[in-house]
Amino acid sequence: MDLVVCEAIKKDWENYLLKEDLPVPREYKIEGGLEHEPVKYIEKTRSYYEAQGFDRAYKWSDNSAIPWYQLSKPLSECNVTFVVTAVPDGTIPKLSRQGGSFALDEIPETFRTDELSWDKQATHTRDRESYIPMVALQQLAAAGIIGSVSARYHFVPTEYSQSNTLNSDAPAIRDACITDEVDIAILVPL
Amino acid sequence: MTARELESHGIATVIIGSGFDIVEKCGVPRYLHNDIPLGNPLGHPYSATEQHESVASALELIEQALVPTIRFGKVKWNEGEAWRANYMAITDANREALRLAGIENRRSRLEQIEKGEKR
Repeated sequence: MDLVVCEAIKKDWENYLLKEDLPVPREYKIEGGLEHEPVKYIEKTRSYYEAQGFDRAYKWSDNSAIPWYQLSKPLSECNVTFVVTAVPDGTIPKLSRQGGSFALDEIPETFRTDELSWDKQATHTRDRESYIPMVALQQLAAAGIIGSVSARYHFVPTEYSQSNTLNSDAPAIRDACITDEVDIAILVPL
Repeated sequence: MTARELESHGIATVIIGSGFDIVEKCGVPRYLHNDIPLGNPLGHPYSATEQHESVASALELIEQALVPTIRFGKVKWNEGEAWRANYMAITDANREALRLAGIENRRSRLEQIEKGEKR
């Protein structure tokens, strides 16, 4: 599949996808373009933790095969949920947090974000809706664009252990979504 | 990884994020990338318009895409481009502080585990 990107970054783009970090380039259709090359967070994170004296670089999830499910009904009939990494219950210690599902009508005004990695110099997280798509989804449901917003949303912790995500958190969220008859999930990592 | 699990079980997924290389590497079916600092993937704080447009565009992607697709969102960061270089920058000014932070980080983590704070 050809990569279609704006000419200005096309050359860099090809280097970007083929660099050492990406031993198995995936095939994506690209829509739209960027004015700047995206920030290389994998590289930055590696250097940052090296500078902190960590001797083993974090291994990011790296998959060549991409699962695909084609929606079989119109958006206007779909039940939509969202999955976030911002923490709904900040009283649970970071290392003990597990993936879980929470009632939408009890959603907190503020999520805990201070222990997550984001750009605390350039921005802030005081507006919940800048990382929680609840109000936007409710408006789209009210306008009839989507069928409904699911009664529960879901939290997945940003975990050092991929095995905890793969074998515990993601399956728990999957089961909850199946119980709630969810058609679409919007995932918003902070 | 969660998107991949859901998608494999008949739930259509889309990610809205700002960490392009991390999401791309994971191999996800649909990704709306807003090229702005990490922290507000849906758009600027208090910009309900940007946030609404991001969610609507992500849903449109679910409806329209027939193959794995990355769509670049329209949200632009209006406060300059310095954040790209500044984030996690390592300089002579912070090198020693980072080294000490690493030592404290490892000590604190061990302490938490000893207190039973683990899964």
